[in-house]
Amino acid sequence: MAAVLEPGGLPRDGAAPALPAGPWRRALRRLRRRRSAMFGLAVVLLFVVMALAAPWIAPHDPIATSWSAIRKAPSAAHWFGTDEIGRDVLSRVIWGTQASLLAGVVSVSISLLLGVPIGLAAGFLGGWVDALISRITDAFLACPFLILAIAMAAFLGPSLTNAMIAIGISATPIFVRLTRGQVLNVKVEDYVEAARAVGNPPWRIALAHVLPNVTAPLIVQATLAIAAAVIAEASLSFLGLGQQPPAPSWGSMLNTAKNYIDNAPWMAIWPGLAIFLLVLAFNLLGDGLRDALDPRQR
Amino acid sequence: MAEFLLKRLATIVPTLIFVSMLIFGLQQLLPGDPAKILAGEEQDPTVIAHLREKLHLDEPLPMRYAYWMGGVLRGDLGESIRNQQPVLDLVLQKLPVTIQLATMAMAIALLIGIPAGIASAVGRGTIWDTLANVFALWGISTPNFWLGILLILLFSVQLGWLPASGYVSPFEDLRANLASMIMPAFVLGNAIAGVLMRHTRSAMLQVLSADYVRTARAKGLRERVVVLRHGLRNALVPIITLGALEFGTLLSGAVLTEQVFTIPGFGKLIIDAVFNRDYLVVQGVVLVTATTYVVLNLLADLAYFAVNPRLRN
Repeated sequence: MAAVLEPGGLPRDGAAPALPAGPWRRALRRLRRRRSAMFGLAVVLLFVVMALAAPWIAPHDPIATSWSAIRKAPSAAHWFGTDEIGRDVLSRVIWGTQASLLAGVVSVSISLLLGVPIGLAAGFLGGWVDALISRITDAFLACPFLILAIAMAAFLGPSLTNAMIAIGISATPIFVRLTRGQVLNVKVEDYVEAARAVGNPPWRIALAHVLPNVTAPLIVQATLAIAAAVIAEASLSFLGLGQQPPAPSWGSMLNTAKNYIDNAPWMAIWPGLAIFLLVLAFNLLGDGLRDALDPRQR
Repeated sequence: MAEFLLKRLATIVPTLIFVSMLIFGLQQLLPGDPAKILAGEEQDPTVIAHLREKLHLDEPLPMRYAYWMGGVLRGDLGESIRNQQPVLDLVLQKLPVTIQLATMAMAIALLIGIPAGIASAVGRGTIWDTLANVFALWGISTPNFWLGILLILLFSVQLGWLPASGYVSPFEDLRANLASMIMPAFVLGNAIAGVLMRHTRSAMLQVLSADYVRTARAKGLRERVVVLRHGLRNALVPIITLGALEFGTLLSGAVLTEQVFTIPGFGKLIIDAVFNRDYLVVQGVVLVTATTYVVLNLLADLAYFAVNPRLRN
C-alpha cells in the first residue's frame, strides 16, 4: 500500500455536532495553494477525461489486429507504435485508462463501504466487538496486501471484476483500523458527551456526530489507496489475474511487452508511463489533501 | 520485559488463529466442488475421490478446518497437486532465493533511503529536500515490474552488461549470482527506499528539533557530529521499526520482480501455483508469509522495546 495516513483529523475548533462549512473551505484554500497537489488533480482529471472520451479520441480500434503492422515503431500513423499483433498501442493505452480508473475507484469504494462501518462499530461500541474486529483486522493485515489479493483473485478466478473485489477486500483492514482509531479520538470529545447527555440514541451519535468528524483522514487515505489500487490492478493484470485479453489494460500490455523488449521497446514504455503518471498524480493529490486537512499544518 | 513479551505473545495467538481461518476460508471462494477444481483439467475420478477423502470434503466446515489446522500444526501444509511434493518442502526449497533477493533489496533500500532522508531533513527547504522528495515519490509511484523491464532494456538489451533473466546459485558462481540478482534487488529496493526516505525525514525532523540536539549545538559540537551522533542515533529506532513493517511490501514486490526476471523464488512459486490451479500451494505460501510477517512484527516490537530505555523502565 501507499503511505499510511498519519493521525490527523478535521479541525474540531467548531466543536459542533454539525460540521461548519468553514474548515472545509479553509482546507480547500490550502489545497489550492499547493502546486504539486493541483498538478496531481489536473493529471487525474486528464485521465478521467481520457477514459470517458476513449471512443472518440482513440485513433484506432484497440482490439483490431493488423498483420501488416506487427511491432511497428512509433510513426505518424501509430504515434506509440503497434504491438505483437498489429494493434495500435496509443489506442490501447487510452482505452486501458478505463480499466485502471475503474479498478482504483471501485476497489476503494468496496474498502470504504466495508471498512468504515466496521471500524465505526469497533471504535464506538468497544468491548468484545472491538477486540474481535481488531483481531480479524490484524489477521488481514498480517497477509501482505498484494499476496492476499493474488490469492483471492486466484481462488475467485481471473477477471477485472474479481481483481477489483480482491483488491477492495484486501485493502479494507486499513480503513477499519483508520476509522476505529479516529473514532476512539473523537468519541471522548465534549460535543459527543453533550450529544449523549441530551439523550441521543447511540446510532445517531455514531452517524451524526462521530462519523462526520472522521471523514477528513478517510478522504486522504482513500485518495492514497486509489494510487495503490491502480498499481495493484496493473500488477494483477500483469500476472494474468486481472483484465483478460483482448480487452486493453496497462498491466497486461506490459506482460506481453516484456517478451518483445529487445525489438519493440515502445510496447513497454507507454503503458508503464501511464501507470506511473496516474499513480504519481493520486499520490501528489493525497499528500496535498493530507497537508490541507491536517490542522497541525496551520 | 517478560511481562511485555507475554502480553505481546497473547495478542499474536488469536491473530494467527484468525490468519489460519482466513487462509482456510480462501478455499470457500472456489466456485463449485473444490475436489473437482483441485483435481485440475484431467478430472480423474480416482484423484477426485482421493482429494475428497484427503481434504475431508464430506465433513462439515468446522471439522475440515480442524483437520487442516491439525496438519498445519504438525508441519503438514498438504501436498502439491502438480508434482506430489509436500507444500512445506516446496516452500523451503524456494525460500533461500527470495531471502537473498529480499536481503539485497533491503540493503539497497537502506543505503539509498536513509542518507536521502537525512539530507532532506538537514537541508529542509533546499534543493536536496526537493530532490529527495522527488526521489521518494518516484519510488512509491513506479510499478516495480515496469522499472524491471526498463532496466532490462537498458542494462541487458542496450548495454549488454547484465543478464536479463535467470538465476545462478551463489554456491555455484558467486559473481554470476550477484550479476543476476543486482537488477531485481534494485527494482525491489527502489520502492522501499522511497518509503524509508520519508520515515527517516520525518524522524530526523522531529529529533533535530529536540532540546538535546539544541544543547549539543550550544556546546559547539560540529554539525556532522550533531546530526549523526545525536540526531540519527535517536531517529534510527523508529526508522528500523517501520522498516521491518516494509517486509510485506518486500514480499509482495518479490512476486512481481521474480516474475519479470524469471527468478525461481517464493513469488514465482505462488504464481506458478495459481496458474497450475495448485491451490494448496497458494494457501501454504500465504500462510508461511503471514506467519513470518507476524513474527517479524513481534521481533520489531521487541527490538523497539529493547533499545528504548523509557519503555524498559
